[in-house]
Amino acid sequence: MPEIKVTPLGAGQDVGRSCILVSIGGKNVMLDCGMHMGYNDDRRFPDFSYITQNGRLTEFLDCVIISHFHLDHCGALPYMSEMIGYDGPIYMTHPTKAICPILLEDYRKITVDKKGETNFFTSQMIKDCMKKVVAVHLHQTVQVDDELEIKAYYAGHVLGAAMVQIRVGSESVVYTGDYNMTPDRHLGAAWIDKCRPDLFISESTYATTIRDSKRCRERDFLKKVHDAIERGGKVLIPVFALGRAQELCILLETFWERMNLKAPIYFSTGLTEKANHYYKLFITWTNQKIRKTFVQRNMFEFKHIKPFDRTYADNPGPMVIMPGYCVQGTVGHKILSGQRKLEMEGRQTLEVKMQVEYMSFSAHADAKGIMQLIRQVEPQNVLLVHGEAKKMGFLKEKIEQEFSINCYMPANGETVAIVTNPNIPVDISLGLLKGDSTLGPVPDPKKPKLMHGTLIIKDNSLRLVSPDQAVKELGLSEHHLRYTCKVQIQDHHSEQDTLNRIYNHLKNFGSAVIPSPVWWCRFLPHLGLLCTGIDSHSVISFCAIA
Amino acid sequence: QQPHEEIPAKKLRLTKPSKSAALHIDLCKSTNSTEALQYLLQFAKKPVEAESVEGVVRILLDHYYKENESSVRLKIASLIGLLSKTSGFAVDCIIDDVIIALNNEKSHHVLAQLLDTILVIGIQLQDNLPLSFRLVEIGCKHLADTSHMVRNKCLQLIGCLGSLDKPVMKELENLAARDVQKIISDSFTDQDPRVRTAAMKAMLQLHERGMKLQQIIYCQACKALSDDYEQVRSVAVQLVWVLSQLYPDSIVPIPSSNEEIRLVDDAFGKVCHMVNDGSWLVRVQAAKLLGSMRQVSVQFLEQTLDKKLMSDLKRKRSAHERAKELYTSGEFSSGRKWGDDAPKEAVDTYTVNLINSGACGAFVHGLEDEMYEVRNAAVESLCMLAQASASFAEKCLDFLVDMFNDEIEEVRLGSIHALRKISCHIRLREDQLDTVLAVLEDSSRDIREALHELVCYTNVSTKDGIHLALVELLKNLAKYPTDRNSIWKCLKYLGSRHPTLVLPLVPELLSTHPYFDTPEPDMDDPAYIAVLVLVFNAAKTCPTMSALFSDHTFRHYAYLRDSLSHLVPALQLPGRKMVTVSDSTKLALSEDSSRHFVQQSLDRVQNIQHLDAQGAQDLLKLTIRDLQRLGELQPELAGIAEFSATYLECQLLLMKSLQEKLWNVAAPLYLKQNAMAAAAAKKILEHTYKLEFLYSGLESRHVAIIHHMRLQAKALQLILTARTTRGMETLINMCEMFLQEIETFPRYFASELQYLQESFVEKLLEVMPRLLACKPAEVVKILQTTLRHSNFLLLELPAQVHRASATIIEPTGESDNPLRFTSGLVVALDVDATLEHVQEPQTTVKVQIMYPDGQAHIIHPKPADFRNPGPGRHRLITQVYLSHTAWTEPCQIEVRLLLAYSSSWSRASSLSAVCRAAWNDSMDGLPQTDSVIEGTINLSKQVKVYLMPKPARR
Repeated sequence: MPEIKVTPLGAGQDVGRSCILVSIGGKNVMLDCGMHMGYNDDRRFPDFSYITQNGRLTEFLDCVIISHFHLDHCGALPYMSEMIGYDGPIYMTHPTKAICPILLEDYRKITVDKKGETNFFTSQMIKDCMKKVVAVHLHQTVQVDDELEIKAYYAGHVLGAAMVQIRVGSESVVYTGDYNMTPDRHLGAAWIDKCRPDLFISESTYATTIRDSKRCRERDFLKKVHDAIERGGKVLIPVFALGRAQELCILLETFWERMNLKAPIYFSTGLTEKANHYYKLFITWTNQKIRKTFVQRNMFEFKHIKPFDRTYADNPGPMVIMPGYCVQGTVGHKILSGQRKLEMEGRQTLEVKMQVEYMSFSAHADAKGIMQLIRQVEPQNVLLVHGEAKKMGFLKEKIEQEFSINCYMPANGETVAIVTNPNIPVDISLGLLKGDSTLGPVPDPKKPKLMHGTLIIKDNSLRLVSPDQAVKELGLSEHHLRYTCKVQIQDHHSEQDTLNRIYNHLKNFGSAVIPSPVWWCRFLPHLGLLCTGIDSHSVISFCAIA
Repeated sequence: QQPHEEIPAKKLRLTKPSKSAALHIDLCKSTNSTEALQYLLQFAKKPVEAESVEGVVRILLDHYYKENESSVRLKIASLIGLLSKTSGFAVDCIIDDVIIALNNEKSHHVLAQLLDTILVIGIQLQDNLPLSFRLVEIGCKHLADTSHMVRNKCLQLIGCLGSLDKPVMKELENLAARDVQKIISDSFTDQDPRVRTAAMKAMLQLHERGMKLQQIIYCQACKALSDDYEQVRSVAVQLVWVLSQLYPDSIVPIPSSNEEIRLVDDAFGKVCHMVNDGSWLVRVQAAKLLGSMRQVSVQFLEQTLDKKLMSDLKRKRSAHERAKELYTSGEFSSGRKWGDDAPKEAVDTYTVNLINSGACGAFVHGLEDEMYEVRNAAVESLCMLAQASASFAEKCLDFLVDMFNDEIEEVRLGSIHALRKISCHIRLREDQLDTVLAVLEDSSRDIREALHELVCYTNVSTKDGIHLALVELLKNLAKYPTDRNSIWKCLKYLGSRHPTLVLPLVPELLSTHPYFDTPEPDMDDPAYIAVLVLVFNAAKTCPTMSALFSDHTFRHYAYLRDSLSHLVPALQLPGRKMVTVSDSTKLALSEDSSRHFVQQSLDRVQNIQHLDAQGAQDLLKLTIRDLQRLGELQPELAGIAEFSATYLECQLLLMKSLQEKLWNVAAPLYLKQNAMAAAAAKKILEHTYKLEFLYSGLESRHVAIIHHMRLQAKALQLILTARTTRGMETLINMCEMFLQEIETFPRYFASELQYLQESFVEKLLEVMPRLLACKPAEVVKILQTTLRHSNFLLLELPAQVHRASATIIEPTGESDNPLRFTSGLVVALDVDATLEHVQEPQTTVKVQIMYPDGQAHIIHPKPADFRNPGPGRHRLITQVYLSHTAWTEPCQIEVRLLLAYSSSWSRASSLSAVCRAAWNDSMDGLPQTDSVIEGTINLSKQVKVYLMPKPARR
């Protein structure tokens, strides 16, 4: 039976370094190629030696697909393509292709320039890697080769995030990447056809959470910021991921506009600012409101938000600052984790006098969103990645219970094989199809009907032809087998022996075609069906007598 | 025009050859089918008269049988369908031919078109039951066709014509043995989605025509909800909804368990589920329909607001627990802490699935949908359901309040209005009030005003709430001073609704102190006025409050009572004489009695026929005075009273100018009284235009009387011109125009002539032939006598008449600071006005600017600047651009609103369409411009704005 094999190299029962290998219909596809935030050694990249111990990956992979530009989905790409070696196509959407190199460069800078690591990919490698990228549009079907095709769908999550459908023949796999089912201030909700794939690979970051309305969160957030501003305070909003920064910018900008507020908002220069240029360009990837109003005003052209300069820090009066995200070890991270005293350089201690609030503005689908997408897609099997094992287990149970389909959650390096039941297309001549239907009393397209024909399997092609034509094609003469009488044999030998004896006996008479005893044996129990087998040509002719 | 003889050999039974003959020739001339198609396309552009339709159809059918090309046959079939719609054509005669054509047709496209034609014909002959049966029979026969188009049309045919009841007539029984619903529902599982859609639409069609759908269809419709195609799902949702309204209380089983629930609850769950559909069109549909499912049980209703109570991820908290959480925090907390999302409870596998798909969270999803259409629909539905159920209203409050923060203003506005509508059911807690009031800082004026209106109707539970509201409103006032009126009005309602809550706040609000004298606040401060409005309105029903007032408060009361009497009620204050006279008269004068009084006054006026001139005039003067005074006293009847008074004034003016002695003086003395009469005539004309265009709610009879009065005034003008001018030219012209108007009068008011017995017009119409024949001088003579001897027309009391009026709220005209700008450039002036009882203000209301040098500009505001806050009320918020050359001193310009009218929009013509049609036909040759008079009526008082254009600096 044909199988789809899935092996996560990363993101199996884990969050980070997403990298999933899928072999489907003889094709090998790598989905995402990310890094892990938590490690600084070899574990930060997926273990590509699983694919091959030595040499390049090109001959083992048909294509690589990157779902979106977050580093845990694309961070290992230059390493894989340039340092390990891969020359095949890499597919990603246009915004991803535009923003991804900025993030990779930033990542490289931090690792090499700040932490001083060697043996890391260089700027040139990033450029070379990006040359191998093929950009795709939403809902565009891309033929990777004759059999393998991929199609991208909108995933929400972040600008340019996509879900991909991978199809070989009638087998198909959908990989969601990260997605969001509730639209936010600048992105829409994920959407996909009811494409009924054999396997649905879904992220499961929020496997156990059903989030309340985003409206409460927004209201809370704005109210807190507003209150602090009204008291004349300063607000620091460390934003974790690129994309979320833009979301909060939009949220604050519109609120400032509506409420006629004057306090300045600053965001950190660098990453966010660069990415913002692309956000202004890829308007088609945003939500309804931004798409409809960008003619009057592009929502990413902020009026109140300006890039931050360190000298502003001591300016009097209220302000909102959005610094970059707080990686482990930074001051921001310490404050967020609840420290009330900070040790500065030179043994100074600083008391934390600020109020600290944590708010989740995550752009991942919650459990209900995941279920909703599964219902929308109607897959045969589900496979969960990109989540914690314990939470995954909970959701897995739910999925199996609700949809009664199989659900898998392999760990890294563990392979799951899913048996598929693909349709095998057979060519049939129109004459045979139409001619036969006239035999029946009323042609009814809904009911299965009985057909008299011959299946010819020849050089990788299947054809169903009428018996006359089959005989003609194979240059055989037609034989008729007639059932005339029934002979009851009273024999004390075993069935096999009796058959052999009859066979040998008949052989002496030299009859034209004598089926081998094996055939006899097979069809004796149901006497209604007789069959002649000509093994050498693999021609099977069925004829129904009953 | 083709002569008849040229038609080739073919014999035709044609009565009117023109149209059909030309077509026939064309069709015969055409050598191939492309040409024939071209002829048909051209033919389709021209209309065909009812008499020749049949002939044309015959020719078309003839050609149809001969034609091999299916596209031509298709066009013919569609033409027949179009032609059969011609009014006045009996379609019975062609139906058989079309059916014959149908039976011989092979092409699927043409078949579908023919069925469409049959449908058109069938709808016109719906009353013919046997025919309907026959057509339905045909539809059923073709339902087995392989083309989806044909099946589509068949289903449409069955839906529109299928019999509603079992046949009563004997002979039809064998024909109508089929069960229409069964036939249609069989197509629900058709392989083509378009046919499935058509089948369900046909079912809905049956429902609309009054057939009761069977309950079995419910299951089938539910299956269609999970169809792959959005149009099928969209119709299926409607069908499920229809059935849930038909059988709300029947019981349906829940699959996968042995429980049963009411059908309407089940359907509600299913429609809720569709709010998560992949297609936004279906989501809009589902979100809209939810609002009208009133009979749903409360438990299901409340699930729509909680995402967590999902059927599959069973995490059922008790209702009590949920309510408590909802109450204590007033918000859902989640995502606040790290590690909040670990899997908590073990799954209880034995929990019963209450509903398969789940109503839960439907509104949560709908309200945060990507498309604002869905969000809007969800807000509306939420509002409708909450209006029906108080407990649900309480629960959905938080969600509606959250929508105040939507990114689209339309949705924000919608949710504020929704909250206002359900505010009778709810009592806002302080934290909720806080979030509601936060929106007061919104920069959009519409939003703020909607919110003020909401606060008017809100129930507040604590005195702190009132205080909070007041503080926020004052903040709003400080930030946006233009909101003054709206905020005062809002505080008026807030005060009168919550007197007991205001009472403990009074010392603080008025900053009085038991021992110390506090300084007297500034009387012109809008914020202080706002506080006083709140306090005084609360004091109206709380007599103890006035004891807390200090001396200056009483003085301020007296001042405000006079200056802002609409905001400050009359109070029973100790030590003050109540001026209750006006109140008591108001009470005594009920509307009925005043109406009666108006009627009596008008009746009395009828007697002037029998009085001498002086007595008649006195009576009129007296009545006019009475009516005017009544209008002031009784605002409800002001329209009627003023209308009548104006009319009587016209009559008075007319009488004065026709006084005997004026006309008998010698020619040289004409001059003085001529001038007087001319002025009177002009005044009457002005009045009649006012009467006609300024008042809404007039009946055609009144319009006729007004026009009649206008004719009299015009006659008077004509007579005066005849007496003063020497040249014949102008007189002849005027005469002709006047006679034309007399002629057209009965066409306008054919049905009203009966009320105009013995009137000026009637008398003139009697002598019309003579008038047309004779010279102008004679005409004038006849007019003079008729005018003086015609009867006064009694005014029938109109039932409901409102006078259009406008008040300019802004600019106030109080500012002493001139508006400075560089001369030659423009400056924008904000104009804010309320309009009452103005119909179609977008086209009629203009802004007039009068500069000190006498220049007048008329500005047309944009249609979008008019808002419609209530029936009969409009709000104009616009900017007008001013510009002028330099002045040396600041000067005042005058701003006012005008009502533009044009006699071509005369109500007479819009009153009866038939009348107008006839009129237009006959007017073809006449120059229209003569009879159109355009003008403007003042709608509001003028407001003065100080303006100072400065010379440009070089």
